[in-house]
Amino acid sequence: MSAIRFNDVWKEYGDHIVLERITMEVEPRAFIALVGPSGCGKTTLLRMLLGEEQPTRGQILVDGKPLRAEPDADRGVVFQRYSVFPHLTVLQNVMLGRELRDAKLLGRLFGAARRAAADDAMKLLAEVGLAGQENKYPSALSGGMQQRLALAQAIMRGPKILLLDEPFGALDPGIRADIHVLMKRLWNETNLTVVMVTHDLSEAFGLATRVIALERQRNRPEERERYGATVSRDLEIFPRRTAEVRTIIDPAPAGTTRSSKEHQPGRPGALVLKEHS
Amino acid sequence: MRLVNIRPGRQMRFYLLALPFLLVAIAYFTGSSARLAENPNDKLLPALPSMVQAVKQMAFVVDPRSGNYLMLTDTVASLGRLGSALAISTVAALILGIVIGLLPGANALLGPFVSVTSMVPPLALLPILFIVMGLGENSKIALIVIGTLPCMIRDLAMKVQELPREQIVKAQTLGASTWQIALRVAVPQTLPRLIDVLRLQLGPAWLFLIAAEAIASDSGLGYRIFLVRRYLAMDVIIPYVAWITLLAFLIDIGLRVLQRKLFPWFASVRAE
Repeated sequence: MSAIRFNDVWKEYGDHIVLERITMEVEPRAFIALVGPSGCGKTTLLRMLLGEEQPTRGQILVDGKPLRAEPDADRGVVFQRYSVFPHLTVLQNVMLGRELRDAKLLGRLFGAARRAAADDAMKLLAEVGLAGQENKYPSALSGGMQQRLALAQAIMRGPKILLLDEPFGALDPGIRADIHVLMKRLWNETNLTVVMVTHDLSEAFGLATRVIALERQRNRPEERERYGATVSRDLEIFPRRTAEVRTIIDPAPAGTTRSSKEHQPGRPGALVLKEHS
Repeated sequence: MRLVNIRPGRQMRFYLLALPFLLVAIAYFTGSSARLAENPNDKLLPALPSMVQAVKQMAFVVDPRSGNYLMLTDTVASLGRLGSALAISTVAALILGIVIGLLPGANALLGPFVSVTSMVPPLALLPILFIVMGLGENSKIALIVIGTLPCMIRDLAMKVQELPREQIVKAQTLGASTWQIALRVAVPQTLPRLIDVLRLQLGPAWLFLIAAEAIASDSGLGYRIFLVRRYLAMDVIIPYVAWITLLAFLIDIGLRVLQRKLFPWFASVRAE
């Protein structure tokens, strides 16, 4: 749960300005969807939030403090691909965050600590619908399951901010709808502020509390290099969506999801997400 | 049907793989019998029985002068050198490859140096090794290490750099330190690739081994071949060459099996 503030952030690669004048405030526990045409710098913005890239000008503040200049455990991430480790089984992938936190020297837990971590990981796996898959390698999982695993792995470490880079872009529509339900539930049940890059508008409006569109204001060929994209639309979803106040995950019985109790009528995303079915 | 679409079946595949071997054997024995028919004392292309006889003599009869089975002592000596050299190379390549591949600073420091040293022809260094380290085992092992290590480091560093950037970032978001990234992400994923790199360096390793043994040694497969060359003893040389080939082939298969057994996840990663 963290507030994020962009203070007049610019990103330039040499002479090429990618992003300019990004100023916005993200309230704690918001679910932000970043949309925009390809090449408009959505992913660059996300990578700056991640700490993988630094703003050329301006500042990004998390809870009032400047962002650390490298990725850390406060910010979890799920990419479209390569998010999980192919050499670890499903269970080992989820346990990894805990092992890295508690075993600084070896990066591995043994004995009781390991069993405790494995128990927690198994609970989380059941929560994301991967019960029974724990001993498989990720390559044996379908794309949707791999992304569920990636979500579980990220959440296990307890990040404050979850960054999603087109996480569901490569999935079939049916599978995508299922994982949207899960994503919503995870957002409700954990203390996350979520920033998701997507090019799927229905996904953006269906999941987010706020949709932010990045766009180039000037697009003539001779201007393209010198003017970057900036926030062109900042839409709060109406009626207002807020996360439930919860601090820990507790496994919900199969088939019952918290999001299904939500206020539905008139919600833009209701057309896309059929959580009731 | 186009040739690109014709796939041999299981049985056909077996016949096809046997064919070149068979052709070489036929060519050899036809030539051999033709030459022997003309001159029974011909030494260049010995017949099968005389090679069998020579192998019996080398492998199963105690050498009266040294009291050893020569082929066994030769094999043990050669494999000992090859094994210790490759062990050194493999461990050093793993450590340096990971460091160079993972740390941009180490890459800037050592990358160009390793590239340059991998261009030094190792055999040209052999005299230096003999001068500095003497004619014993050390100089032979050093030659194999020098001959294989730079290429192994370079290949392995490249494999580490080929790991998806996303994985390194992901590990950091799970709180991993540089050391933990190396230990839990880079090393485990590099080990199966290390086996690939090692397999590729087996050829050069044998080359440097035989070369070093040929020049200064008192045992070893290379030593024996170059020793009996003085007597035109093709009936010993040919079986020895076949034996060396078989050993190299078995080591290669062994490494492949090891890779499959130890890293069951690797096949699907490589297929991507």
